Amino acid sequence: MNEMPLKPNDFGSDQEVRWCPGCGDYAILKAMKTVLADIGRSPDEIVFVAGIGCAARFPYYLSTYGFHTIHGRAAAVATGVKLANPDLDVWVVGGDGDFMSIGGNHTLHALRRNVDLNLLLFNNAIYGLTKGQYSPTSPIGTRSPSTPGGSVEQPVNPVRFALGCGAKFVARAADTLQTHLPVVLKRAHANKGASFVEILQNCLVYNDGAFGAINDRSESQEATVRLEHGQPMIFGKENDKALLFNKRTCRFEAAKIAGLENRDDIAIHDETSLERALALAALEQPDFPVPLGVIYAAEAPEFIEARGFSGTWSEWDREKLKALL
Amino acid sequence: MSETALAAERQGTDKAQPLVVRFAGDSGDGIQLAGYEFAKSTADARSDFMTFPDFPAEIRAPTGTLFGVSAFQIQFGADEVLTPGDRADVLVAFNPAALATNLQNLKPGGVLIVDETHFDARGLKKAKLDVNPLEDRTLDGYQVITVDVEKRTLEALKSLELGRKQAVRAKNFWVLGLVYWMFARPLGKTQDWLNVKFKKTPAVARANIMAMKAGHAYGETLEISAVPDLTAPRVAKHKGASRIISGARAMALGLAAVAALGRRDIVFCSYPITPASTLLHALARLEGGVRTFQAEDEIAAATAAIGASFAGSLGVTASSGPGLSLKTEALGLGVAVELPLIVIDVQRGGPSTGMPTKPEQSDLTMAIHGRHGEAPLPVLAPATPDDCFWIMIEAARIAIETMSPVIVLTDAYLANAASDWEIPDIDNVPDIDRPRVKPDGEGEFRPFARDPLTLARPWVAPGTPGHAHRIGGLEKAKGSGHISYDPANHAEMTRARAEKISRIADRLPAIEMEDGVQDGDILIIGWGSTHGSIAQAVKELNAEGARVSHVHLRHLWPLPRGLEALIRCFPRAVTAELNTGQLSSILRSEYLAPVTCISQVNGQPFYVSDLKAEITRRLETCVHE
Repeated sequence: MNEMPLKPNDFGSDQEVRWCPGCGDYAILKAMKTVLADIGRSPDEIVFVAGIGCAARFPYYLSTYGFHTIHGRAAAVATGVKLANPDLDVWVVGGDGDFMSIGGNHTLHALRRNVDLNLLLFNNAIYGLTKGQYSPTSPIGTRSPSTPGGSVEQPVNPVRFALGCGAKFVARAADTLQTHLPVVLKRAHANKGASFVEILQNCLVYNDGAFGAINDRSESQEATVRLEHGQPMIFGKENDKALLFNKRTCRFEAAKIAGLENRDDIAIHDETSLERALALAALEQPDFPVPLGVIYAAEAPEFIEARGFSGTWSEWDREKLKALL
Repeated sequence: MSETALAAERQGTDKAQPLVVRFAGDSGDGIQLAGYEFAKSTADARSDFMTFPDFPAEIRAPTGTLFGVSAFQIQFGADEVLTPGDRADVLVAFNPAALATNLQNLKPGGVLIVDETHFDARGLKKAKLDVNPLEDRTLDGYQVITVDVEKRTLEALKSLELGRKQAVRAKNFWVLGLVYWMFARPLGKTQDWLNVKFKKTPAVARANIMAMKAGHAYGETLEISAVPDLTAPRVAKHKGASRIISGARAMALGLAAVAALGRRDIVFCSYPITPASTLLHALARLEGGVRTFQAEDEIAAATAAIGASFAGSLGVTASSGPGLSLKTEALGLGVAVELPLIVIDVQRGGPSTGMPTKPEQSDLTMAIHGRHGEAPLPVLAPATPDDCFWIMIEAARIAIETMSPVIVLTDAYLANAASDWEIPDIDNVPDIDRPRVKPDGEGEFRPFARDPLTLARPWVAPGTPGHAHRIGGLEKAKGSGHISYDPANHAEMTRARAEKISRIADRLPAIEMEDGVQDGDILIIGWGSTHGSIAQAVKELNAEGARVSHVHLRHLWPLPRGLEALIRCFPRAVTAELNTGQLSSILRSEYLAPVTCISQVNGQPFYVSDLKAEITRRLETCVHE
C-alpha cells in the first residue's frame, strides 16, 4: 500500500507528548519509531497495548492502532487482540508496576504460553505517575514517600523472572543507548512468540541515576557487557575486560584480559543456552557489568498458532450452524 | 383439581398427571448420570419435561455423609412442564444419608425406592441417624420398596469376574433399569449410549448394561400390588423435532449462532469457576466460530475478551459472582472505550464462596450498579434453558448495536437444568450488523463520533487501512477520542454514555404480560430462572379462580418502557426473586412505586406450592401494605 518507504516520523501521532522533559521514555519512543520504519509494516497493521503509568502513555504518541488499558492488564488485553487477529504486530508496553507488580501474573502467563507479543518493560525502578513510591524493582534502602526510612524488600530481577516463567526470548537494553536499543527491539519483533525486553529507563524526577553508569552513554561501556551470539563477552571502554564462565560453579567471573593466560578462556555468548542465560541474569552492578542484548532466545511453538487459529474467520457459517443444531 | 388433571380427564389415558422423579445418593454414585439418562429416555417418550440437578460442590465427598448427597430431579408430563416440580412422586434413595436429606422432597404417599444395603450401624452413623428409618415409623404413609441393590448388582455381574468395588459401581444402572421398568421405558437407547461412552472399556459398558437389565428384570418379579402404575405414556402433542438441552449447552449454541450471524469468530475467555465452567467445556468442543481461551485469572479473562473486541471479534467472558467482582474494573474500561462485550454471570449463592452449586439471583444489583464511576451497561436475563440460546443473540445484537459491554445473568439452576428443546429456525434470524464507520456521514474518521439514533460509536478494528486510532480508559474528547480533561466534555460524555444505554429501551418490543389481565388483583414481577415456577403458580392460581398477573423481565437494564405504567395498573405489585429483594428495590427507586418482594434465599428454586401460598397471602392483605 505504501509506495514510499515510511520514515521514523511517519510513526509519530499528532498528540503532544506529555512526559517530563528529559524522561528516558522520549529516547525509547525515538528508537521505536526508527525500528518501526525499518520493519516497514503499515501502521494500520500494528497495535500498541499499554497498561497504566508513565510508560503506558506510549501508544498515544504513535500513529499505529493503540489501546491504553488498565493497570497491569496490557498483556492479557494483547493476548485477546492476538486471539482475534493473529496477523497483527502487537507490542505491549508497561512499567515495573504494570509488569512486575499488579500485572505480574499476566506477565508470567503471556511468557509461559509464548503468545506472539513483544513485551517491553520500561523499568525505572520507581512509581512515577503516582509520585515516587518505591517499586518492586527498587533496590533495598530506596527512600520514597511510602518508605521514608528506606525500603527493605528484595527487588525482583525482571530478566530472571522472565527466564523462570519459561520465556523463550529475553533481552535487556537501556533507553539512552540509541545504537543498541533498536537492534534489540528488532530482534524482539523478529522472534515468533513472546519476546520480553527489559529496558532500563531513567526517571529524571523521582529516581535520577538509578542505573548508574549503565545508561550514561560515556560510561556505559564499563558498566555493561553487550551480548552477541557467538561472540566473546568483552567489555570496558578499551575492550580490556571480559567475562569467563566457571564451569565448576556455573557462574560468570569478570577479569582483565591482560591478565589472562589464554584468551580462549573468554566466554562466548550462546543465547540458546538457558543455563548460561540464568547465570547472565545473576550479574548485577557493582561487581559485574550488566548484560545487555539478547540474553536468551530459543525456538518453541507459538500459542495462537498451536491453538490452530488464523485470520479472523474460521469459515463458520449458517449452514454449519444448522448442522450443529 | 388442577388444570393438568382436568385436561388429563378430558383427553383420556395418555394424559395422566405430570410426575416428579428424584434420584438421590452419594456424589460418587453416578446420580447425575442416571438422572440424565432418564431425562433422555423421557425426551424419547415425547413427554414435556424439566430437570434440576441438585448437587454439592464437593466432587466426591466421603461416602455416606449427609453433605455428600447429590440429587437429580425431573418432572415430565403431557402438558407444558415449566418446572422440575416441587416434591417428588417417586424418590430413589441410594443410602441412609440420601434418605435423610431427601425424604422432605417426597410427597406424602409418594413412592420410595430405597437401597437397604447401607442401613447398618455404620451407614446410619454416617447419616447421623440414631434409629433405622426402615424399621421405625418414619416411612409410614409412603409406598416403600426396599431392595438390596448392591447385593443384587453383584449377583448380576458375578459372571464378569470384576472386583467388588468395580461391580458395585454399576448399581446406578441397576436402579435405572428398575425405574425404566416402573415407567415401561425401553432400555435400548441407554444401552447404545453405554456402548459408545465406554467404547474403549467394553467391560465397563457390559457391566452397566447387565446391571440395568438385571434391575429391569427384578421389576418383573415384584408383586404388582406393591408398585403403583406409572406407565401412562404422557405424550406431549404440541411437539416438533426436539432434543434435550441444558441452559449451559443452549448458551454455547447461542454463541455459535452469534458467530455465524456476525460472520466473524467470537473469542470466549474464561477462568474455571463453578457453575460457569460447563459453558467453557461446551464451547471448547465446538469445531468453529468460537475461539476459546482459558485465561490465568478472571481479570485476564475479561481483559482478553476486551482485547478481542478491540481487534474486531466479539469478546465474551463468563463467570460466577466472585469472578464478576474481579472483572468489574475491566467492565469500567469496556464502558469507557465503548467496545462490545458479553459478560455471562452464572449466579450462585453468595457472598464470597457461598454455595457454589446452588442457584441464587443475588448479583442483580452488582450487575446494574456495581462499578466505579458512572458506568451504565445493559443487563439481560434468560428465563428458560431454551431462552439461554436466544439471549446470546439478543446480547450480541445489543452489545454491537450500542458498542457496550452487556451482562447476562443466569444461575446455577438455569445452567444445569435441562428441558426438551425445539430446534430453532435460524434462517429467520437476521444477521448481526456492525455500526457504521462514519455514523455522522461525511468527513474524516472520528473514533468517538456517534450514530444519531443509537449513539453508538464506530467499531473499526486494527488492520483496517487508513483508520489507525488510539483508545483508552482516560476520558476522551467527543468525536476525536483524544485525551480530554475538559469539564464540559466529561459532563457531556458521561450523559451520552448513559443516554446510549437508556435508548436501548426504545428499540425493545412493547412489554407483554406472560399471564393474567391488566386489571388483575396482583402483578407478579419475575426475572431469570424463576420463570417456570412463577408461570406455573400463576396458572394454577388463576385456574382456581384468582386474578393474578405475571410479567417476566428479560431486560433488567434499561428497564422496559411501559413497565412503570403496568405496575401502576395493579393494586399490588410484587417481585418474586431468589434474593432479598434486589429487583423490588430497583423498581421502587426508579418508579417511586410500592413494589414489594416474595424473597427466597435457600439456594433452591421456588416451589410452585410455596409461591402459590405466598401470593394467596398477599392477596388477602390490604393494598399497599
